[in-house]
Amino acid sequence: MIRFAPAFAIAVLIGPVAFGLAATFLPAFGYLPTLGGASLNLEAWRQLLATPGLAGSALVPLAAGLITALASLATVCGFVAGWSHLRAFQALQHLLSPLLAVPHAAAALGLAFLLAPSGWLMRLVSPELTGFLRPPDWLIIHDSSGLTMMIGLYAKELPFLFLVTLAALPQARPGPHAAITASLGYGRIAGFIHGVWPLVYPQIRLAVFAVIAFASSTVEVAILLGPTNPAPLAARLAVWMNDPDLAMRFKASAGAVLQLGVTLCALLIWIAGERLAGRIAAVLRLSGRRFARDFAPRLAAAGAVLLAGAAVFSGLFLLALWSLAGPWRFPDAFPQSLTLATWSHHAAGLGWPFAVTLGVGLASTLIAVALTLACLEHEARSGRSGGRALSLLYVPLIVPQAAFVFGLQLFFLVSPLDLSFAALTLAHLVFVLPYVFLSLGDPWRAFDARYAQLALAMGASPARVFWRVRAPILLRPILVAAAVGFAVSIGQYLPTLLIGAGRWPTLTTEAVALASGGDRRVIGVYAFVQLALPFAGFFLATLLPAIIHSGRRDMQAAG
Amino acid sequence: MTARDDGLRLDRVSIRLGPKSLVELDAAIAPGEVLTVMGASGSGKSTLLAFIAGFLGPRFSASGRVFLDGREITAQPANRRRVGLLFQDPLLFPHMSVGGNLLFAIAPGKAGERRGRAEAALAEAGLEGFFDRDPATLSGGQKARASLVRVLLSDPRALLLDEPFSKLDAQLKQQIRQFVFDCARERGLPVLLVTHDPQDAEAAGGRIVRLD
Repeated sequence: MIRFAPAFAIAVLIGPVAFGLAATFLPAFGYLPTLGGASLNLEAWRQLLATPGLAGSALVPLAAGLITALASLATVCGFVAGWSHLRAFQALQHLLSPLLAVPHAAAALGLAFLLAPSGWLMRLVSPELTGFLRPPDWLIIHDSSGLTMMIGLYAKELPFLFLVTLAALPQARPGPHAAITASLGYGRIAGFIHGVWPLVYPQIRLAVFAVIAFASSTVEVAILLGPTNPAPLAARLAVWMNDPDLAMRFKASAGAVLQLGVTLCALLIWIAGERLAGRIAAVLRLSGRRFARDFAPRLAAAGAVLLAGAAVFSGLFLLALWSLAGPWRFPDAFPQSLTLATWSHHAAGLGWPFAVTLGVGLASTLIAVALTLACLEHEARSGRSGGRALSLLYVPLIVPQAAFVFGLQLFFLVSPLDLSFAALTLAHLVFVLPYVFLSLGDPWRAFDARYAQLALAMGASPARVFWRVRAPILLRPILVAAAVGFAVSIGQYLPTLLIGAGRWPTLTTEAVALASGGDRRVIGVYAFVQLALPFAGFFLATLLPAIIHSGRRDMQAAG
Repeated sequence: MTARDDGLRLDRVSIRLGPKSLVELDAAIAPGEVLTVMGASGSGKSTLLAFIAGFLGPRFSASGRVFLDGREITAQPANRRRVGLLFQDPLLFPHMSVGGNLLFAIAPGKAGERRGRAEAALAEAGLEGFFDRDPATLSGGQKARASLVRVLLSDPRALLLDEPFSKLDAQLKQQIRQFVFDCARERGLPVLLVTHDPQDAEAAGGRIVRLD
């Protein structure tokens, strides 16, 4: 059975993307027989190009993708180069990892509570410093340049790139390199960029591409923080795709193809930028300049990391605070009283989205973990590594969701069976599987193969070796990978919206929908639960192995 | 099956990595005998053991046949070969108690009998009362002995030793060596020892083959 696992996993990763893209491209050029489109034409493109504000809708996400990726990558590079020699650096790693579990929607909502003209920052300094007794009429959230959206994306992608970089770092042996470059008189950052970065960057390159793709095509962050007139393309697509007028589907498909083009364009510009950066680095190497005085950029990188972390954490705190707030007038920094009224009011309404979120999350995570384990176990038994097939994991993370999930929706709409829950689970699985695989792959391969060889030599069957030796010893990384997958599922907005077609609302789709209403207490309740679920997953992933392996000292220390 | 067939026989075994020949060996090891294969690290000693035990990676190509007590095991799955392994690390399963480690090795049967065998084997190795202990709490020498007890309880028909003494300090090394070779001789097990330490070879007292 497990012989077929790799092929099946590839089908899960590539199949929906391929079908979805096909079902997006064909209607974009007029072909959709069920809606009477039987011939190829450019009518959809004519409609799309006639849409007011289209240029702005396309250019803001293009800029957001590139700027967010560049800023977060530069921060990570400067921060790791400047501070990874300190012991406190390790502690920070543990502090930032939970941020990975925060759904984009919850982080964006928290940020809005922090930065809005009536937000917490303004309350902290009003009226003492500003004199404001009413929130000023400033456009901070939804600003037309997309700056707040980029700040939100930056704060959320930073911990992701940071953790990916940390995982790649040991192979580049930063310690000895730093010692050599420092003894030659190079500053920490220059030494790192010349000595270590060329070995690290190729390993994290696909993750950077994923950041560019996400930032240039995000729907929920664009809805919550992005400009509104015109809105970023992906946010407009979500509206068109949900339009009851079925004729809009042709235009929406053309828009989805354009979105693919925007993201592709951002990636191509990035790749050109990589070449340029390589040239510049080569010139600097030849020049022999040391850049020994780099304390200012090191400090800036540390400041940016701390600021981003503080912003996200305080945003999350504000979600909780608003959900419990009694009366809370504008310039007050804190509510007059705390109450459970909002919670008890909305408890009944929370039930169904909560159940759907949990159900889809558990189902997709369970399948993803089983599939990943089957692939890795096959790899271990056959002694052959996945090799280049592994880069396929990034396909669903780099092709923008808006470009193929819409087509996928059409695909399920025309299928005669009501498979909506299964379809929704499959749509989540496409995004859950890569993260589970990426999370579990390294600890699995780091497992000492001699344990399994000993067990086999003692006469244990391969299945027994898996269940009694490999899986229990790797219980913790397996559960952590499951928690990562669960968090990814909970965070999914667009696939849930489109494939669930309103019948399967999750905490994420509800929280985003509530955001336009502007009732911060209710938003706080939904966003807080959306946030609490993935944390509960990570909590269990830490707690269970500690209980199951209690009294086994080497299992407590082991990763 | 004649007595002549007993033991471990390597019939013109040759292992290659691409164009490079790593090991060429033709040898028979009688029950209770120790054959020592010596070579520097990277000379393919461990690859030879992987081939005999059934773990040779797909990068390697091998020819030749392996017989154990007259039956050919060359193509058998690793878990049917009945070839016991000892590595330089004791590799007690960290998530099981010492007793759990031993029970894992013992063939299926009545729970009470299996436990009895495990307890008796522990006592024989000077580890009486260690059944419920966490392996992490054992000393280096105790771990090494528990590891040997475990492999013997799986009733192997031959022992393959991969530098099993190299991480022990001098005094312990002598003691554990003696213990391993005595146990193997007592049970009439053919032993293939790979090492780079001449003292190991000397203590084994058998024939020595050098790989270069």
